[in-house]
Amino acid sequence: MRDAVIGIPRYLSYYSFAPLYETFFRELGFQVRLSPPSNTDILDAGVRETVNDACIPIKIFHGHVAAIKDRVDFLFVPRLAGAKMHYTVCPKFLGLPDMVRGSISDLPDIIAPRLPMGRDGLQGLRSLYRTGVRLTGRRVQAMRALHNARRALGRRINQIQQGGLEALGFDQPRDADLTVALIGYPYMLYDTLASGGILGQLRALGVRVVTPEMVSTREMRRHARAYPENLFWYYSNRSLWAGMHYMTSGLADGIIHVTAFGCGPDAMVNKLLELESARYGAPFMAITVDEHTGDVGLRTRVEAFVDMLRWQAARKEGLT
Amino acid sequence: MKVSYAHMGTSVMAVNALARTLDYEIVPPTPPTESTLTLGVRHSPEFACIPFKIVLGTYIESLERGARLLVSGGGRGPCRAGYYGEMHRRILLDLGYEHEMLFFWPPLRSPLDFYRKLRTFKGAASWPRVYRALRLTWEKLMALDDLEIRSHRVRPLERCPGDTTRAFRRALGLVDAAETVEETKKARSGGLELLDSVPVYTGDPDDLVKIGVIGEIYVQLEPFANFRLEERLGELGAWVQRSIFLTNFARTDILQRGDQGVAKTAAPYLPENVGGHGQSSVGEIIQYAERGFDGVIQLAPFACIPEIVAKSIVPRLSREYNIPVMTLFIDEQTGEGGIQTRLEAFVDLLRARRRGRKDVDDAALSGS
Repeated sequence: MRDAVIGIPRYLSYYSFAPLYETFFRELGFQVRLSPPSNTDILDAGVRETVNDACIPIKIFHGHVAAIKDRVDFLFVPRLAGAKMHYTVCPKFLGLPDMVRGSISDLPDIIAPRLPMGRDGLQGLRSLYRTGVRLTGRRVQAMRALHNARRALGRRINQIQQGGLEALGFDQPRDADLTVALIGYPYMLYDTLASGGILGQLRALGVRVVTPEMVSTREMRRHARAYPENLFWYYSNRSLWAGMHYMTSGLADGIIHVTAFGCGPDAMVNKLLELESARYGAPFMAITVDEHTGDVGLRTRVEAFVDMLRWQAARKEGLT
Repeated sequence: MKVSYAHMGTSVMAVNALARTLDYEIVPPTPPTESTLTLGVRHSPEFACIPFKIVLGTYIESLERGARLLVSGGGRGPCRAGYYGEMHRRILLDLGYEHEMLFFWPPLRSPLDFYRKLRTFKGAASWPRVYRALRLTWEKLMALDDLEIRSHRVRPLERCPGDTTRAFRRALGLVDAAETVEETKKARSGGLELLDSVPVYTGDPDDLVKIGVIGEIYVQLEPFANFRLEERLGELGAWVQRSIFLTNFARTDILQRGDQGVAKTAAPYLPENVGGHGQSSVGEIIQYAERGFDGVIQLAPFACIPEIVAKSIVPRLSREYNIPVMTLFIDEQTGEGGIQTRLEAFVDLLRARRRGRKDVDDAALSGS
């Protein structure tokens, strides 16, 4: 088993739990191989392999699987699931390993532990521990690997909450006059292909960006309680609560919701954010990314939005 | 307070009876039409599924006709439908409709919540009366389901196209007019007789092409959403069996956590309940294949997440169980002509396969 190569697709939940996955398998003695960062080849392969009605993120994920499946001994495709009765995730996360198995042939062994998601994130990692034991036969080592992996994840989350986007490797303009809250799922915001490079465009326009990952658990909980009827999906709840946070706290001048073409839960989130932004008078724009989204079209819309925010700020100043 | 609800196929008759027995003034939802859909589409999120849009359109039409209380229900699973009540309420408020929304969760998953809402809904009616109303509703649902099942058997054999559909409509009228449990029972047998008196070709029903219909509940049950799929298939000479009827749905999905048998069958391919009818769809394809059906049609709204998960497993099932499966994803752009063409082609394909298989069997029997 030692020195066996385990492949992790660099997409979907990887963007939330990368340190957990990587540390765990390294400490178990595996060689970890990531798929390359998303690129157009991966997208094309994904579009080819995946059931055509799926959303873009699921297609990109299939592309990542296709990109590394022949170079690894095991493929890690976690099954994210709801931890409690009232929490769950999008059905596509629940059925992800089964979708991959159904769509792509000649796969290596798939490792698909069931990771339960609660309101605040991962809850209980027993299945990951069991996976470790099954792969190595060493309980103590698996326990230690899990412990260290969990700590690595915790450190990372703290870093991001305190350090902001810089901690994720994205530069921020030094003296920005505007702050925009970019709302969306981690695999939409931080993946340059999926987001259409919107982070870079905002930086070029001299705008500081905040995202849901910078909202503390306490703030998230506050908005969860304030909302009468919670959504059911982990990621969608985070988007909604973070959006509410930035609308009500005055920490952002405007909100941009980045969503994927064909994303089911986002159809709900987007409408809710739209209704809430009208109520709080927060400038709001939704950007839907699909496989045809062009650089220029996106830039035009982002520029127009930022211009509008600046114009509004200037007008406010003129009035006072 | 005038009450209204979504329109889902024939079940609306049973729900009308329920509300009427509880002394509600009702605004019975009218069967959805193109303009219902247009209304719904205009005010819905683009990627909400077609049931969301049709139901929103129906609500708006009912509110325009004076309804003030909307009653609906949904699960708390990964399917989006559980949040539809809240979404509808917010969108309608945003449009300026003053109304109340009563959204029921499955009774066994949140019993207290269910009880509170039921108490609100029953109003001044006594509990025995609620029981009688539910009893009548159930009787009507069973009658409606029985009539529909019979119509599926008669239609492919009818001599004159359209006879069965006409007889079925008359039978529905009988059930709708019934006001007590006894009358409903009589209407049921009267309706079955009507269907049985349709002139049919004699022949071995086993020679008919048998098609199983699976998928999401709303597009299965609402003929407007599925372009009267069962009628079309029947008239093409296929015997249709649908996976969802409200009475069995009530038994397995509202009162329990889904059909455990189907879940077990699906487990090797999809071990997880992905919400809606995703896992059932996978299990039911296997069941239909094992029962010797010629083909399966998967019906789902465009962007239905659970059915997309199921669809990605369909090619594998189709291969391993040697059964053709056609998926129809339906949205506001779907046209009648396109559906008809695909259904004709599918039935032709199944007939050809059946003939081919029979030739092979005959050859084996004659020892050549």
